[in-house]
Amino acid sequence: MTTAPPPGSLLTAENLRKAYGPTLALDGADFSIHPGEVVAVMGPSGSGKSTLLHCLAGIVPPDSGTIMYDGQELSAMNDARRSALRRSEFGFVFQFGQLVPELTCVENVALPLRLNGRPRKEAERAALGWMERLEVDDLAKKRPGEVSGGQGQRVAVARSLVTDPRVLFADEPTGALDSLNGERVMELFTDAARSANAAVVLVTHEARVAAYSDREIVVRDGKSRDMERVV
Amino acid sequence: MSIGHTLLGLLESGPRHGYDLKRTFDEKFGHDRPLHYGQVYSTMSRLLKNGLVEVDGIEAGGGPERKRYAITEAGVTDVARWLATPETPEPYLQSTLYTKVVLALLTHRDAADLLDGQRSEHLRHMRALTERKRDGDLADQLICDHALFHLEADLRWLELTAARLDKLRQVVAP
Ligand SMILES: Nc1ncnc2c1ncn2[C@@H]1O[C@H](COP(=O)(O)OP(=O)(O)O)[C@@H](O)[C@H]1O
Ligand SMILES: [Mg+2]
Repeated sequence: MTTAPPPGSLLTAENLRKAYGPTLALDGADFSIHPGEVVAVMGPSGSGKSTLLHCLAGIVPPDSGTIMYDGQELSAMNDARRSALRRSEFGFVFQFGQLVPELTCVENVALPLRLNGRPRKEAERAALGWMERLEVDDLAKKRPGEVSGGQGQRVAVARSLVTDPRVLFADEPTGALDSLNGERVMELFTDAARSANAAVVLVTHEARVAAYSDREIVVRDGKSRDMERVV
Repeated sequence: MSIGHTLLGLLESGPRHGYDLKRTFDEKFGHDRPLHYGQVYSTMSRLLKNGLVEVDGIEAGGGPERKRYAITEAGVTDVARWLATPETPEPYLQSTLYTKVVLALLTHRDAADLLDGQRSEHLRHMRALTERKRDGDLADQLICDHALFHLEADLRWLELTAARLDKLRQVVAP
């Protein structure tokens, strides 16, 4: 099936297939997201949600299918171009284990800017601005080991936003948190993303987390279903 | 919800007029469903008859909303007993959704479609509640959370049923 991407969409995937050995993780998955939109990717465990996210973000190349990002074919780029695009246009939040334990929280948040060559002072000033938005600026000098799970996740969200990405990829960002902390992270995360007009691909199996999205797609057995386009 | 016990409980902090009872009830508990004056009067006359409240004074001008009610000793005991008695959980055993899924399978329609559509509808409600919670005060948050957790439970059932659809089809429509 080859159809034009939906008008105005920023990131579109069509008919993605990805096998890990005998396991067909994606079996003809479609996806599209508009600028500033929050889309939840739902579905049971093992259905292919994370694989879809990794393909969309250019971390894992699909075996077949096309991914278009802002008019360019991401799925046809070489590794170097894909990583450059990832660093400048995308932000990431995962379930855990993403902060560098040896660095302070503000250094962690500033890290993506430092990797893009920004001077330290400037990078840390921008980092602090995002930490204020996520209400964790008072943790700037602490190391990740010294902050709570919810605080660490908010630091990670600040880090994902520091490069002013156009797409944020979040894989079960509240998966390791209790519901009160999880909701606070989602509230601050979606507020910050919306005001930055960043699109969010939010992988979650929790309905209460998905309720922070604008719409959902459902992945089952490696096939995705865009509820908006179906209904 | 027992309106009688709720109004009685509101009277424990001091006597109130009929209109004041209605206003306080609506403010605290009646977000989507405010009380009718008629409900207030019929409830209060029942409580009066049962000796749980007494008339404490009548404002000039007449009309039942002008009556001032006070709780009695027996009323306080009744509130205490109500609060101390656990509510029987809803049985949830007559599920329209279950019936629809089985009928869809029996008639060889797409039951997975039905479940997906229902999930979408549930999520639509959950988004509205989440939005209201974001803009609301603590009372709003607690009320919305209660609804959100129930809808979430439904959704978990939907997921589980979706995963067992092939098995269910074998049983229902072999
Ligand atoms: N790196 C990998 N190597 C082997 N199998 C994998 C790998 N990543 C995912 N899978 C398999 O692909 C399927 C989909 O996985 P995943 O995308 O992680 O699902 P989800 O995120 O929905 O739980 C699963 O069966 C999983 O075991
Ligand atoms: Mg996953």
